[in-house]
Amino acid sequence: MRDALFEFLCRMGDNTLVLGHRVSEWCGHAPVLEEDIALANTALDLIGQTQMWLGLAAEVEGADRSADDLAMLRDVWDFRNLLLVEQPNGDFGQTMMRQFLFDAWHLLMLQALTDSTDTRIAAIAAKAVKEAQYHLERSADTVIGLGDGTAESHRRMQAALDLLWPYVGEMFVADAVDDSLCAAGIAPDPATLRAAYEARIQTVMAEATLTLPDTGFAHQGGRTGRQHSEHLGHLLTQMQWLQRAYPGATW
Amino acid sequence: MAPDLAQIWDWLDQVPDPEIPVISVVDLGIVRDVAWDGDMLDVVVTPTYSGCPATTVIALDIETALRDRGLDRVRISTRIAPPWTTDWLSDKGRARLEDYGIAPPRPAGGPERCPRCRSTDLARVSQFGSTPCKAHWRCNTCLEPFDYFKCI
Repeated sequence: MRDALFEFLCRMGDNTLVLGHRVSEWCGHAPVLEEDIALANTALDLIGQTQMWLGLAAEVEGADRSADDLAMLRDVWDFRNLLLVEQPNGDFGQTMMRQFLFDAWHLLMLQALTDSTDTRIAAIAAKAVKEAQYHLERSADTVIGLGDGTAESHRRMQAALDLLWPYVGEMFVADAVDDSLCAAGIAPDPATLRAAYEARIQTVMAEATLTLPDTGFAHQGGRTGRQHSEHLGHLLTQMQWLQRAYPGATW
Repeated sequence: MAPDLAQIWDWLDQVPDPEIPVISVVDLGIVRDVAWDGDMLDVVVTPTYSGCPATTVIALDIETALRDRGLDRVRISTRIAPPWTTDWLSDKGRARLEDYGIAPPRPAGGPERCPRCRSTDLARVSQFGSTPCKAHWRCNTCLEPFDYFKCI
């Protein structure tokens, strides 16, 4: 059970870590100042949540590693994030589409985790769920605004949805880790989140005048670590650069 | 003789929030508990937002303030449950925020009035502001931008 729990906590923490890093790449580059600040704040929330998830992962593992060690000293094959969150930022619309597709899942997952039989997990979820709610409000609004915007913004949002939708299916595929945590009441069966997720997506896409791709294909391999996309390695060379170049460096 | 807890709460109420110095860490509702454990003072704080960079500064400021009062044995710990809510903001804190130009949080989800001219004709500029705990609004009457303390 300890191995499964560690694995699960890495999945939660790696999602927020990798997405937080991706979103932080916008700092100083967003189309307008307000969006720059909003993206930086979102990234900050995600990194803060990462400290809690990976902090608990390190504690559960009991191998004398810290949250920082897990974030900065693991290599690609040890990361357990969804493939969706490691995908490149693309344009602003693509970044916000990725954010919305993640936020809608993240909120449902965190809401379910507030009932976890593991009180440490329930506490982190109760803290993070307020932030996720706020993120979803903004990303959904932005997807609607840009989807139902100009011909150009609509075209870009539809292209982003077509590109990213095949990465959504991975969120709902259970494996042995999920089975054992679900049996212990620690985490939900991911498949049970799907109906509510799709209902939310359909409502927002209808309002955004965007069409969901007619495909059930799902890229997989991120949350199991079996095969990440090529993008994660490039991200890690940036994120982990300091600890790689100057091992053990501290503030 | 060790100072009593009421005295210590009073001292903590003089420790300003590093980002919004007109309110104290007690006004902000982030000091959750103060208790003696023998000759060791336990102070329990809770973060506002999980990634708020002010959290570590706040712990340091609390420790420094208590040391300045002669308390050498202080242990500061973090408690995340129950999660911080803006309901814990004191009435004094709310009034000071508004005087400072930051509209205090409201469950209705937006500021009640412009902190400068009191107009209720307001528009949201961005859901996020200069710190994780604030959003960016504008008054349509005096045309000034202002921060709104997000309600969570």
